[in-house]
Amino acid sequence: MSLSQEQVKKIAYLARLNVQEEDLGIYARTLSDILDFVEQMDGVDTEGVEPMAHPLELSQRLRSDAPTESDQRAHFQRIAPAVEDGLYLVPKVIE
Amino acid sequence: MHDKTIAELATALRGGEVSSVELTEHYLRRIESLDGCLNSLITVTAEQALETARAADDARVRGEAGPLTGVPIVHKDIFCTQGVRTSCASRMLDNFISPYDAGVVERFKAAGCPVLGKTNMDEFAMGSSNETSFYGPVNNPWDTERVPGGSSGGSAAAVAARLAPGATGTDTGGSIRQPAALTGITGLKPTYGRVSRWGMIAFASSLDQGGPMARTAEDCGLMLNVMAGFDARDSTSLERPAEDFNACLNSTLRGLKIGLPREFFGEGMDPGVARVINEAIDFYRKLGAEFVDVDLPHSGLSVPVYYVVAPAECSSNLARFDGVRYGHRCEAPKDLMDLYMRSRGEGFGAEVQRRIMVGTYALSAGYFDAYYLKAQKIRRLIADDFRNAFEQVDVILAPATPTTAFRLGEKTADPVTMYLSDIYTIAVNLAGLPAMSLPAGFAEGLPVGMQLIGNYFDEARLLGVAHQYQMGTEWHQMAPAGFE
Repeated sequence: MSLSQEQVKKIAYLARLNVQEEDLGIYARTLSDILDFVEQMDGVDTEGVEPMAHPLELSQRLRSDAPTESDQRAHFQRIAPAVEDGLYLVPKVIE
Repeated sequence: MHDKTIAELATALRGGEVSSVELTEHYLRRIESLDGCLNSLITVTAEQALETARAADDARVRGEAGPLTGVPIVHKDIFCTQGVRTSCASRMLDNFISPYDAGVVERFKAAGCPVLGKTNMDEFAMGSSNETSFYGPVNNPWDTERVPGGSSGGSAAAVAARLAPGATGTDTGGSIRQPAALTGITGLKPTYGRVSRWGMIAFASSLDQGGPMARTAEDCGLMLNVMAGFDARDSTSLERPAEDFNACLNSTLRGLKIGLPREFFGEGMDPGVARVINEAIDFYRKLGAEFVDVDLPHSGLSVPVYYVVAPAECSSNLARFDGVRYGHRCEAPKDLMDLYMRSRGEGFGAEVQRRIMVGTYALSAGYFDAYYLKAQKIRRLIADDFRNAFEQVDVILAPATPTTAFRLGEKTADPVTMYLSDIYTIAVNLAGLPAMSLPAGFAEGLPVGMQLIGNYFDEARLLGVAHQYQMGTEWHQMAPAGFE
């Protein structure tokens, strides 16, 4: 499996990572090496094997649908890069 | 004082031989004078530690001290600590002052343990050498030109150098056991779900597990007694009756069946490591243990499976770092997409970006079945291998790592070579089993770790098997030159 620099660019975009042009080559090489390495999995017969998502086969616990958290907005927003009137600020989304 | 184990320090505190303030000041002085050449701590929290120490001494006067009250520790910087920077060794969280405490941090607070600081690690726990940290690599106290292992490399180096008697760590693919092995300390990865993941910054959620790192098995048990327990805020936390993990320390090993997985004793193991592990086997034989060969036929696939499962889960988990609510935000973003792309591109280091991209690719449309689903199927085969083995044996013994500590920079150019340094530890995470590494000797002056793997929930037995070894050997007492 060999990834081109173009493909790396596309994956980086999907992952919302701004990868510098000069780094595309090394990512293309190392990502290709990793994908080659994991290709060993192809040789294993997994016909009829159930995928395992949880080591102990437990399902997720459910809780009753009742509020458990108190309002800590001001506390949490103290570490935000930009807030105004209790809202997180981002660049304009709609012109 | 710093040569004492946690158990010995707890006794000294109980007997009034030393106060928690004296002990805390002593370790803080050691950190001040010795950590310069190790870089094992990202943040030192001297004031908070002394405040907790004073409260611990007061609690003792009032007769309210618990088993570990007043014993100082350090936390891996992956555990959120309220009011203290929690960086995960990433530029992304260099400015992150956690607004809350992790479950594990709450438990050590309630136990009255002063926290000396936050330890260095691989960025977001992604690495096997502690070289991916934004704050620079950690040096191994046994040879400062070598790595301490990773990702809990700072915790391991700090304990090995006697800068703290115990440390918390996390183990997703070997991140407690591999650095413990490379620095000559004892570390335990509990059964998946034993220790709360609440406030432990997520890397690969189906594998991540916190655990103790200390000099002895007994100390690991004392720490696990504090750390383990149900937490409703972690959806995979186990509801189990409380237990004393040190309950089996003095159990006899006569008749104990120890499995030797053929696949772990094949090619690729350093001859020095092989010699040490064989000596450990002889030791257990003398204590009356019986050895049985077992097969783990799919374990050879554990590294490739892991490097699909872990990056896939990491690409999802790390999507939360978007530059909007906390963490790094780029300068003057021109639009929302630019804000996301540059904040993440600047905030994450190369290895983290590489894994996010592997995961993004493996989960993308058209590739999911070939990668993630295939890996989850082989994961079951790997777990089934262990189930079969544990029908024949009580514990499994293996090396913890294929080699001793390697040189800084030796493996950084080739990710796959670096990934293979976890070849003996990763299968355990995929299966969710408890396992530990303990010092078993030296090869060319560097520590070698023996790994003991237990069945689900069998931590107490594992710790007993390790403790019996440590009662008859002195490897765990050896201190690196300059740190005695």
